[in-house]
Amino acid sequence: MRVLGLILAGGKSDKLWPLTKVRASAAVPVFGKYRAIDFTLSNMVNSGIKKVGILTQYNPRSLMDHLGSGKEWDLDRKSGGLFILQPYVGPNKEVWYRGTADAIFQNMTILRRGEEDHVLIGSGDHIYKMIYRDMFNYHLRKNADVTLLVKELDETYNLREYGIVQIDQDMRVIEIEEKPSHPKGNVAFLGVYFMNKELLKELLYATVPQGKYDLLLDVIIPNLDRLKVFAYRFDGYWRNVKKGIHEYYRINMDILKKDIRDELFYRNGKVYTKLKDLPPPKFTSTTTVENSLIADGSIISGTVKNSVIFRNVRIKVGAVVENSIIMENTVVEEGAVLRNVIVDKNCIIREGRIIEGDRQIPVFEKRAVL
Amino acid sequence: MGNVVAMILAGGQGTRLGVLTEKIAKPAVPFGGKYRLIDFTLSNCVNSGIYRVGVLTQYRPHVLAKHIGIGRPWDLDRKDGGVEILPPYVGRNESDWYKGTANAVYQNLEFLEENNAELVLVLSGDHVYAMNYNDLIDYHLSKGADGTIACMEVPLEEASRFGIMITDVEGRIVDFEEKPAKPRSNLASLGIYVFNYEFLKEVLIEDDTDSTSSHDFGKDVIPRILKENKGSLYAFRFDGYWRDVGTLRSYWETNLELLLPIPPFNLYDPNWKFFTHSEEMPPAYVSSEAKTITALISEGAEIYGEVSNSVIFQGVKIGKGTTVRNSVIMTKTEIGENCYLENVIIAENVKVGNNVKIGVGEDAGSKLNPKIYTGLLTVVGMNSEIPDNMVIGKNCVIGVGVSSTDFKTQHLESGDYVLAKGE
Repeated sequence: MRVLGLILAGGKSDKLWPLTKVRASAAVPVFGKYRAIDFTLSNMVNSGIKKVGILTQYNPRSLMDHLGSGKEWDLDRKSGGLFILQPYVGPNKEVWYRGTADAIFQNMTILRRGEEDHVLIGSGDHIYKMIYRDMFNYHLRKNADVTLLVKELDETYNLREYGIVQIDQDMRVIEIEEKPSHPKGNVAFLGVYFMNKELLKELLYATVPQGKYDLLLDVIIPNLDRLKVFAYRFDGYWRNVKKGIHEYYRINMDILKKDIRDELFYRNGKVYTKLKDLPPPKFTSTTTVENSLIADGSIISGTVKNSVIFRNVRIKVGAVVENSIIMENTVVEEGAVLRNVIVDKNCIIREGRIIEGDRQIPVFEKRAVL
Repeated sequence: MGNVVAMILAGGQGTRLGVLTEKIAKPAVPFGGKYRLIDFTLSNCVNSGIYRVGVLTQYRPHVLAKHIGIGRPWDLDRKDGGVEILPPYVGRNESDWYKGTANAVYQNLEFLEENNAELVLVLSGDHVYAMNYNDLIDYHLSKGADGTIACMEVPLEEASRFGIMITDVEGRIVDFEEKPAKPRSNLASLGIYVFNYEFLKEVLIEDDTDSTSSHDFGKDVIPRILKENKGSLYAFRFDGYWRDVGTLRSYWETNLELLLPIPPFNLYDPNWKFFTHSEEMPPAYVSSEAKTITALISEGAEIYGEVSNSVIFQGVKIGKGTTVRNSVIMTKTEIGENCYLENVIIAENVKVGNNVKIGVGEDAGSKLNPKIYTGLLTVVGMNSEIPDNMVIGKNCVIGVGVSSTDFKTQHLESGDYVLAKGE
């Protein structure tokens, strides 16, 4: 499979504020030790893709720190490997990426060089596990120009937030409505494109210089008649982490369900992430833990229920954490109570503090002291 | 400070660990939820800034070699230096297996030469401790010594288990007794040495020509240096935590010591991290039915039962209604539902069925080997399978790769054992 992987990871995502105050949505921490981008990146690596470009823009520091040389994904290679594609000022004064198509267009060199025939474009903030091989075979079998990954979304998704796709009996895409106010169906585009590389280059040259910058809206949708665009159905777990704080919260709570945990962690290869070299979590003599994920380096002396506890967290004696997400290095002091809250990294919840969320889930930003 | 090269002796069989070291060398024995014993010495090296390391292997080196690889987890994948595995080899004089610790280093003098060693740290790959070797080296240099031995004060009644140093007021070693019946001091050697390279080379070459020598640092080389007054040896007093987990009992106790409210050995020190090569696994999951108190529960573990006072390694599954107490359960072992386990050590990749009891009943001496299997612990070797409804007593041994059909009865009396066919 000679495929170039491209991951769109520049998103700002105001809907995840303040989690995205300090990081791109692709770098948002999930499930105790991962960041959102680990899923798409691991999917690509597990599918045998050996060259991956990451298109960054908004607040990329933590993303870059996380990716490093690509070592944890086995992408520190002599040929191929990981390429970080940032906006830059060149002789033509290209600067910020004005859209997804523009971002790829400005990095045309990665498309020009290399012997890949196909491009797989994914998004850095989607949570799912998939080996792309079957989709690739489907793309070839259908003799498609573009293959889009789609899924029938159930009522737990707000369809107005997604691109809704109409397909004919042959699975050919005939219409895509981006975030329609009155969705005509429940088949949504999952942001994953398979394309022939040469075709992508042509399409970008034909559109971006005309001032059209979005891959879906300006490149794919207007060309649905001319191009053979097919849909490939995905039936597994799929969620977009940047749809909002509630969605982010729901995704993290989903991992406490055995079937979802088995699917995301153990099927279709492993999920790789940056290593931290921390000891196993310790449960002391005063611990109560129920239905929770506890990451390495944490020391739990209090009560933890229905929660996701990231690495190196301290939950002290008498503290109670329920239905909450507590990120790395946070300390919950003696007797503090947290219910239905999200606490970012490096926070301190002082002794005896009681914080309870309800329909609104309070989010405490990095380094907050409460 | 001169150029320091560390030589880690990792060939040990560790026979007193019984079935745990039947297929792997002692330095490769898993410890503390995700580590292997050699990780502590390797991590001490890199934390001390020593990036030239030779690992001398001999007994069943496969797991060890795979674990160390090119040294990446310890940052020892270096352009210059790094870690090198040094197995025995056939040379011009047909020198073959390492005859002893000193002989192992002697056979690799070329490696030391190549690395321009000025100081040689001789270390063991099977001790649990945190030591900044720079303190030892600084002491060695300040004394102008030819060799320095790290020592620790041990209770006098235990001193006869160790090599005991007798020093003068300056700390210079004047006499040495290997495992003395009536110890004259309580200063025990930790098997951690630093030598000036030229001096070491000389004494090792000399030792090699001595046909009466067993070519061991503790037994032969150190006593000879002292007896023949060949150079100045000093004792460096270490007052930190140090354990040689040489017996099943000490292995088990040292693991459970990690669970103390203030453990004497701190895995959580951010300034002295321990590195390891471990599998990429998700965080540990503890279910609503589970009870987990006083335990280490590693990544990839899924706990549906009750775990207390135990160390649970990566990827271990513990079923509903199962109780695990005072036990060490190694990587990827799966324990079924409604089991009861107490005082057991279970090695990697073991499958325990449902309704199994292990470590119950009266104590009894081991029928297999009372010298190795003592002290109430039941041990299960790697890749074994224990069928549903088994009742296994105290101080029992289940060998390596035992299958369900190897069990002739539903009840294994205390002290009894089951080995795989053909073993």
